[in-house]
Amino acid sequence: MIIKFKLNGEEREENVEEDERALDFLRRIGMKSVKEGCGEGECGACTIIVNGKNVVSCLMLAPELDGTDVLTTEGLGKDKLDPVQEAFAEIGAVQCGFCTPGMEMSTKALLMKNPHPSEEDIKKGLEGNLCRCTGYFRIIEAVKKAAGKV
Amino acid sequence: MKVENATMNVIGKKIKRVDAIEKVKGINKFVADYEFKNMLYGAIVFSKHARALVKKIDTSKAKELKGVKAVLTYSDIPGENQLGEVVEDMPCLVPVGKEAKYYGDVVAVAAAESQKIANAAAGLVEVEYEELPAVLSIEESLKNEIKVHESGNILTSKKIRKGKTEEGFASADLVIEDDFFADYQEHAYLETQGIFAVPDSTGMTIYGSMQCPYYVQNAVSRVLGIPQNNVKIVQADTGGAFGGKEDVPSYVAAQCALLAYHTKRPVLLSYSREVDIQFTSKRHPIKSHYKVGFKKDGKIVAIEVNAHMDMGAYATLSPIVMYRSLVHAAGAYDVPNVKVDIDGVYTNKVPCGAFRGFGSPQVLFAIESIMDEAALKLKIDPVEIRLKNALRVGSHTSTDHLLTESVGSVSTIMNAVKISDYENLKRSVHDFNSKNRFKKRGIGVSHIIYGVALGAAGQALDAAGALVQVHRDGSVTVHVGNTEMGQGMKTVLAMIASETLGQNIDMIKVENADTSYVQDSGPTVASRATLFSGNAVKEACEKIKERMISTFSKIKNVEKEEVVISSGVVRGGKEEMNFGDLANICYSSNVELIANGWFKSPKLNWDPKTGLGEAYLTYSYATQIVVVEVDMLTGKSNVIDVFTSHDVGRVLNPVGLTGQVEGGFVQGMGYAIYEEIKMKDGRILTDNFNTYIIPTINDIPQNIKIDFVEDEFSEGPFGAKGIGEPSLMPAPAAIANGISNAIGRRVKKIPATQEYVLDLIEKGEDKS
Ligand code: FES
Ligand code: FES
Repeated sequence: MIIKFKLNGEEREENVEEDERALDFLRRIGMKSVKEGCGEGECGACTIIVNGKNVVSCLMLAPELDGTDVLTTEGLGKDKLDPVQEAFAEIGAVQCGFCTPGMEMSTKALLMKNPHPSEEDIKKGLEGNLCRCTGYFRIIEAVKKAAGKV
Repeated sequence: MKVENATMNVIGKKIKRVDAIEKVKGINKFVADYEFKNMLYGAIVFSKHARALVKKIDTSKAKELKGVKAVLTYSDIPGENQLGEVVEDMPCLVPVGKEAKYYGDVVAVAAAESQKIANAAAGLVEVEYEELPAVLSIEESLKNEIKVHESGNILTSKKIRKGKTEEGFASADLVIEDDFFADYQEHAYLETQGIFAVPDSTGMTIYGSMQCPYYVQNAVSRVLGIPQNNVKIVQADTGGAFGGKEDVPSYVAAQCALLAYHTKRPVLLSYSREVDIQFTSKRHPIKSHYKVGFKKDGKIVAIEVNAHMDMGAYATLSPIVMYRSLVHAAGAYDVPNVKVDIDGVYTNKVPCGAFRGFGSPQVLFAIESIMDEAALKLKIDPVEIRLKNALRVGSHTSTDHLLTESVGSVSTIMNAVKISDYENLKRSVHDFNSKNRFKKRGIGVSHIIYGVALGAAGQALDAAGALVQVHRDGSVTVHVGNTEMGQGMKTVLAMIASETLGQNIDMIKVENADTSYVQDSGPTVASRATLFSGNAVKEACEKIKERMISTFSKIKNVEKEEVVISSGVVRGGKEEMNFGDLANICYSSNVELIANGWFKSPKLNWDPKTGLGEAYLTYSYATQIVVVEVDMLTGKSNVIDVFTSHDVGRVLNPVGLTGQVEGGFVQGMGYAIYEEIKMKDGRILTDNFNTYIIPTINDIPQNIKIDFVEDEFSEGPFGAKGIGEPSLMPAPAAIANGISNAIGRRVKKIPATQEYVLDLIEKGEDKS
């Protein structure tokens, strides 16, 4: 079936399978920043923003994207780094980088809603994203640094 | 001791990760992000029995499925059907007539036009099994009634015999004897295992998530029966490894290469999380019996350890993991009489292998628990008893290795005391406990030693190379044989190259490992990349710098000794020039600006019969103090504060180092209290993140304070040792001690899950 949606600011029309996961579909059309870590909605590596909300794309079907506004890390800071990306790089919130795009999506969604989150708000906003490398300390710092700039 | 001049431009400075920008943009390539024309997708078929005879394999139904391009079994292997880095006891694909020895043993592989079809094909492979009784515990294995391998269930035994333990115990005022158990841990790297095999006219190129490209090259070349120069291995960006991508990628690559070989098309074999957890290695469960004798003043007079590690169905890396368990079993202390025996036993379970700390966190948990128990019984402070026994310059380790330099152990203890404000910390915990009935806090201390690099048992692998090239414009390419997997190796190596060459760091690019550029550099494990690849890069850069300086001195007519290159500028006498301009002049004058570097471990003398001698090139040390809070009604533990001090020789990259310690701590905390592998009949039930629980952002301590002690190592690049593993090692022991102190009962098993702790609170004998 054909779906129409907005991807990173651009109108798109794409052919999708009825049972195709949004995760596989987005990767298929080149959005490789969307990662698969578990396929069960537990790790957050596949997080994207749909209509302003962070969601896990492995538990979503591609047809559900019809008529939505989708943001992936490819759409963050096209010309220059987004403040979220800048903060992650600056603070050292990135090690292997596999969780990073998903973390950034959750951060972006949080800061769009709540520009000045408390530490508790940050943890709440990122609790669906696992990171096995950093121990999260610097990720929290990075979110604080990006706060107010999104 | 100071080995290098302290005026550094890059080393020790706060530097942004060299690969950070591509990663925050999400444009760097992990293996599953590669695409090749005509590519296929792979899937594997498990035995799904703990132990069973394979009687017949029928692939016809699977092959009939539309879109399936290959379904292969052992008879399709052109080379050797034998894998295993240390002992070759593992088949690539289990043959008919042989036993499948664990649930995740692989009997067939399939490739198809899509992942969905490949998975369906794997499901259609019909295998006839005769189920056999299985060995599912260390105890059953030791009975030796059912043999996992015909050679017997104990594969190897290692020992240390230092002094006379009987005499030591006879002179002791206090002898503590106890049993400890440290269970599995799953690596849970966020990127699962994955390999891309791309065939060409003579062989193939393998791209993959890995720590050890040369292991992969060896395995693929043997399974396909083609020479190593026809198997080129290129590391893809690797999404975490922690030891889990040391030898396992060799097996994944062998399976994938077979599919590519037969279909003549590029194949991506990327494991699902479930397959990854079921099939791939874990931290070894270790059961240990400890007996330790103390004098009244807390001085240890003798240690006796008897331990068994569960290797699972195949040896994989167990014999070398066991070596590290052996050397670390008696802890970080100066003890005159030491007797250690460790056996590695086969069971019909998932093969265990390398995991950050490599067999040491399990035994360090045991010895550190005993140190705390002794402190309690002798009424000595836990910090005091460790200080009393700590290693110093002039001490001998448990293998009788005389320490002559870079022994920061006492400094880490003093440093941890200082950064934790220890006396006040004790008071505040005491106050908290007197005010709260159902929540109790405890302080946990641990002090550890870490043998850097592979040590005497791995000497044959302990060397590394580098190839450095300065281009005409002054930009620099660095090739090494070790791998970046998130730990920050590329950044540290770029810093070393920048410091040595005098070129700015943004002009230096460290490439992913590629076996066609650099000679076998051993595995990227054992916290050795900085030390080994670092020294090799330094040597290569020094050669090039020397040639550049000599060119400058000739054309500018200044003495070589006067020429200095730093921050991208060359200066000598009154002359000055950009690094890039000088490179250009060198090119025009036919000066060679490419060079190799090679670093190898000095020969270590160690005797396997007694376990005595120079076990490792050098050691690093750490001390950790934590505060743990336990809910006495539910048994739930939370780490509140962490104070940790590490002796790293020299801090090269402070941001990267702190990041490693933070991540290592949280992974160690996961092992201490959350992460539990549950099995039934050899099958892992906790095979995804909804059941195998790793720490989330909500679980981390409120406060973590990290500090470093710099006691330089003369052989290290700029004095540095390693940090990858020591970052995790003290955590399980410190946290277990913290829980024990909070609840007044001794934790003897990790992970000390909520259930276990509640059980201890309800049933355990009272220690207070
Ligand atoms: S892959 Fe979607 S949450 Fe893990
Ligand atoms: S940086 Fe590796 S999982 Fe987060």
